[in-house]
Order: sequence, then structure tokens, then C-alpha cells
Amino acid sequence: MAKIIVVTSGKGGVGKTTTSAAIGTGLALKGHKTVIVDFDIGLRNLDLIMGCERRVVYDFVNVINGEANLKQALIKDKRLDNLFILPASQTRDKDALHKEGVERVLNELSDEFDFIICDSPAGIESGAMMALYFADEAIVVTNPEVSSVRDSDRILGMLSSKSRRAEQGLPGIKEHLLLTRYNPERVQKGEMLSVDDVNDILAIKLLGVIPESQAVLNASNSGQPVILDADSDAGQAYLDTVSRLVGETVPFRFLNVEKKGLLKRIFGG
Amino acid sequence: MVAMSDPIIELKGSLFPLSVLYCQDFSVAALRQELSNKLAQAPGFFTQAPVVISVENCDQIPDFNAIKQLFTELQLVLVGVCGADAALKKAAHAAGLAALQPPKAGKTAEPVKAAPAAPAAPTVITTENKTIEQNIRSGQQIYVKGADLIIRGTVGAGAEVIADGNIHIYGALRGKAIAGAGGDASKKIYCYNMQPELISIAGNYWLSDNLQGDYWGKPVCIGLQDGQLMLAELF
Repeated sequence: MAKIIVVTSGKGGVGKTTTSAAIGTGLALKGHKTVIVDFDIGLRNLDLIMGCERRVVYDFVNVINGEANLKQALIKDKRLDNLFILPASQTRDKDALHKEGVERVLNELSDEFDFIICDSPAGIESGAMMALYFADEAIVVTNPEVSSVRDSDRILGMLSSKSRRAEQGLPGIKEHLLLTRYNPERVQKGEMLSVDDVNDILAIKLLGVIPESQAVLNASNSGQPVILDADSDAGQAYLDTVSRLVGETVPFRFLNVEKKGLLKRIFGG
Repeated sequence: MVAMSDPIIELKGSLFPLSVLYCQDFSVAALRQELSNKLAQAPGFFTQAPVVISVENCDQIPDFNAIKQLFTELQLVLVGVCGADAALKKAAHAAGLAALQPPKAGKTAEPVKAAPAAPAAPTVITTENKTIEQNIRSGQQIYVKGADLIIRGTVGAGAEVIADGNIHIYGALRGKAIAGAGGDASKKIYCYNMQPELISIAGNYWLSDNLQGDYWGKPVCIGLQDGQLMLAELF
């Protein structure tokens, strides 16, 4: 049985797809057979971030409608043998998903994989509900600013009331907080909410803090999940995050302003 | 003696707002289900409300007597039917119901539709004190009818907690809290960390703007004294 993890946020543009790609890749790096499913029907992005956009033939909606089988639609990652992507359809809209179809596909994936990462669309409408409905765990991606935090709070409410686990009275979805685009310097200046501020409001377990980093944009543009850039701060923070996700204890990094050495102060960096 | 110019009774035409019920299924079982759900969303709001059923798209004659009985049970007053053809009119008259003209187009502003409408947010209704052992998240709404609400957690910004009784919050209150919703001015709100969007007791309310000051973020008890909201430190 696979563990189904939804990556969700409510708000758009906070880093759900970047996170899905990074965490899926990270789990595969750790030896777990992983599939990342793009639930953002109509706004297909995951394939770009994963660098497999030229190999998309069939998609999630084709599989749901029985126009293709899973084997035809799953795209195997070129870098890792145990990592697969199920792309979204670009030509349809989010109403193309329905619970029965999604459940059937997830059940089929569940037999074969250790982890299923569901990359949720933004919003709280049917598309996002489909992505979170069958989840066992949720990674709530939040930026350190008030509107993102409030939207995350809203999604947390949905997770505890609108999911299959909630409806069937099973133990609730395990919730994790992932703070992205964190900039310790701006936090220090009081321009950005701190980890503690966000923790205080959302009150769920902190899974990771990803620093604001140029490496993320570079990674996205080159179709290389940022976690593979092990030299970058964001890549390392995602590696830590994946370790915590599978139960390891790893200290948090990149929370404080890095002290600049003399040379860095002179030459910048 | 009553003078001729002073009649005992008089009949005058008047206009009254009536709720019109539009439904797809006229069976008593379906109506009971849908109406009960509808009424549960706004308890008390429709009590003894006069209602007219639109039978315009009704293809067979429903059991008007049974429907009337159902309305009485649900504390609604069935006044009559509208949009009835001759056969339906006859059946309605036989059950003691008035046959009314269908409402003019454009004036059916807010029909009380019996078709299932998804409630905006989960609403909890009970007549016993309700204890909630988790955080109330943005967008969630909790209502406790006729009793107290106790929350062992935080009420997030954009969440609403409403009770006819007192409200106790053993976490931060960042959303709206409405105690004494039924009008009882003796009810109070207790919270461990007060940063609300709105607090209200028996219809008297303060917004966040009015509450910035010494008590912000403190453990506080809020009550009503001579029609005026009063804050006091909890400890």
C-alpha cells in the first residue's frame, strides 16, 4: 500500500509544484518507488519542472476516461529508475476529475508504488478537493506572509472536514507545514513573518523551511528538480525535509541570517 | 347595535411576502428530507413561516393532505399552491389549500428551493454544550444552539464560532465569536488570547479596530453590562 501525500496550499504561486517535484525526487533518491501525480488539470506544469514535457503522450484524464492505461500514461524519470510522473491534461478543465475515477487510478498506483505525491492546484474548488480527498498525509506549503498563512489555515480546515478520512471517521490526515521562500534577513528586519509567527497561527508540525533562493528559478527553467542541486541552499533544505518526512530527525537550517565573511562583504555573494 | 357605516367585518386586498417552495419531487419522504436539511441550516428562521408550494412542474397530483401534515410537523404553515392546473386546483381545494396565481416573473427573488444546496460551511447544531478538541480553521463555522461552546484550540482568522450560550476558547481567538446569539445578554465570551475580528454578545458587537489596546492578546472575559460590552482580564 502506498502512502498518499498531497502537496497543497490554497494560495497559488507559493511553490506547490516545485515542492512536489523536489519531494517526489527526494523520496526516489532515498530508494522509495514514487509517482508524482499532477492534479492541476488545464494548467499542466509538473512536466516542465520535472523536465519531461516532451514525452507526454497520455495524461491523467485519459486514464480516468479509460482512453489509455496507466502504463501508457506514466512517464519514467530519466535520472531515477524508481520515479514516475503522471501528467495532467492541458486541454481539459478541473471538472474532468471525479472521485470514482481518481480513486480507481490511485488504487491502481497504490499496488505498485511506495509513495504517491499529489500536486494540488491552487484554490479550494473541486480540483483541490480531488487532490486532497484520498490523502493520508498533507504537506501544506506556505509563504511567510499573511494571505498565504490564512489560505493555508483554510485548507487545513478542509483537510480535517472534507477528506475521505474525515468523512469515514478514520484517523485524520497527518499535516505537515512547509515554509517556502523564507528570507531570514527580511524576517530580521520585520518585513516577513518568522517561523514562530507562522507556527503560532497554524499550529501544525513544521516539516521544513526552504530559503528563498535563486537556485529554485534556475532549476524550474532547466527542468531539473531543485533537490538535485545539492550545492544550493534550497536543494539542501529539501533534502532535509524529505529526511524528516520519512521519520529521520534533522536539525533545521537556513533559519538565521548567515554571517558574511570579510571577502563576501567585499565581493558580494 | 352596530351602525350600518361600521361593519363588523371588512375584506381588503393586501400584499404579503410569502416564501414559495419550488421542488422537483413532491413525495412526502423527499420533501421531509430536503426541508429538514434546509431548516437545519437556519434553525428558528422559518418557524411558522407561511409557505406556498409551486406545483407548476408537477405531473401528477400529490397527496396534499400528507404534505400539509408534514408542514405542520416541521412548524411551517402551508397556505396554498400556485401554478396549478384545473385538476391540481381541485385537489388543493379539497385539502383546504388556496390556489394562488404564480408569482410574476422577476419577482421570484429568493425562492426557498428544496433542491439540495450544499451548505457553505459545516455547521454543528446541538442543544447540549459542545466541546471541540481541535483548532477551528479559517472558513469553518460552528453553531451551538441553546448551549455553550467550548473550544480546546485556536479559532483562526476567518473562522466563526457562534453559540446561544457562552463561548470558552482555550487558545487564541483570531476569528469571530458570537455568544448569546439567541439574544441572552447574560452570556459571556472567555478566551485565552484575544485577537478577534469581531466579538458579539446578544447582538452588541465590537470589531477588531475597537479592541486594539491593553487587552489585545491577553486572556480576557467579555460580557455585557447595561447594554455595553465590557472587557476584563481573566486572571
